[in-house]
Amino acid sequence: MALPARSTSSLIASLLLALSLPLAAEQTSEEAIAEYHAMFGDENPAELWQLRGEELWKTPRGPREVSLEACDLGKGPGVITGAYAELPRWFEDTGKVQDLESRLVTCMTTLQGLPESEVFAIKFGDGERKSDLEALTAYVVAASRGSRISIPLDHPAEKAAYALGESVFFYRAGPHDFACATCHSESGKRIRLQTLPQLTTKEGAQAAYTRWPAYRVSQGELRTMEWRLQDCFRQQRLPQLKYGSDVAIGLTLYLARKAEGGEMVAPSIKR
Amino acid sequence: MPDPMRIRAVMMGEVVDVKILMSHVMETGQRKDADGNVVPAHYITEVTATCKDKTVMSAAWGPSVAKNPYFSFRFKGGAKGDKLSITWKDTAGGTRTDEVTIN
Repeated sequence: MALPARSTSSLIASLLLALSLPLAAEQTSEEAIAEYHAMFGDENPAELWQLRGEELWKTPRGPREVSLEACDLGKGPGVITGAYAELPRWFEDTGKVQDLESRLVTCMTTLQGLPESEVFAIKFGDGERKSDLEALTAYVVAASRGSRISIPLDHPAEKAAYALGESVFFYRAGPHDFACATCHSESGKRIRLQTLPQLTTKEGAQAAYTRWPAYRVSQGELRTMEWRLQDCFRQQRLPQLKYGSDVAIGLTLYLARKAEGGEMVAPSIKR
Repeated sequence: MPDPMRIRAVMMGEVVDVKILMSHVMETGQRKDADGNVVPAHYITEVTATCKDKTVMSAAWGPSVAKNPYFSFRFKGGAKGDKLSITWKDTAGGTRTDEVTIN
């Protein structure tokens, strides 16, 4: 007996619904996010930043008309391979512990003679307002893919920066009485559907640290560690974290040290 | 001048596998900025691929394509060493053409 067309289709629809519901429920949000990332494969718009960063690195710029190819990121002038995996570190010439972003600022101001106001004009890009710092960071970080994070903390200033980072990580403050540790020192914590890494463990710190900087799909921008930390401060309602400050560098050093031995995969892609 | 595209074109048996990353804001014209003003539409409307003076792919795009779009397609008739040229045009009269060698 032939069923009327309408009831056949509604029967099929309800069958499909019945089939798909338990399947959907079985897939956790993490699996769904992993599947979403897998769909991109090796394709990551971060490459667009890397390309622009390479151009910026190799092109003579600034009043002195020189490229950044003589910039010393800790492994000798112009050496970028594996450099990010060993940052932040102590630099003799500036007498400071510096992360990649602040070191790039040093090179742009001292080597190229660019005024700091110009270097800092766009710290974080937004559409047509592109950040040179983000592009250069993407280029340098990509040259550390496959390198293992090595933060020996040999210099006393590095030990001090680590201690500062550690104390800030656990320091509760602001209207919510939050510390970094409030969200990042237990497993299974999340914001909405985003599982938060447990940064006090080696595995958690490695999984997180080796994947920053990253292309943020929701913003359509490449974001660096400096951005990640200042946004964490904003989410905690803490005072604005100053770019390249001792606190920003200390926290980065603390996290990098926690992720010691992790293999860099950044720039990665995130939701 | 718009930023260059990242293009990969690789022979996969009989067909050429093309993967493109474009740098573009792809503003829909539906968003408002912090002051409540509409952000004007600015998106790619046309993408064409040319190989050996022949259009091998053309696409009409609209505002629903993502920012910094990733675009992939395959075509027959290309060979290793041929040049493949990709061009996009947008609503603001902007255009960009980049060329790669198929390998």
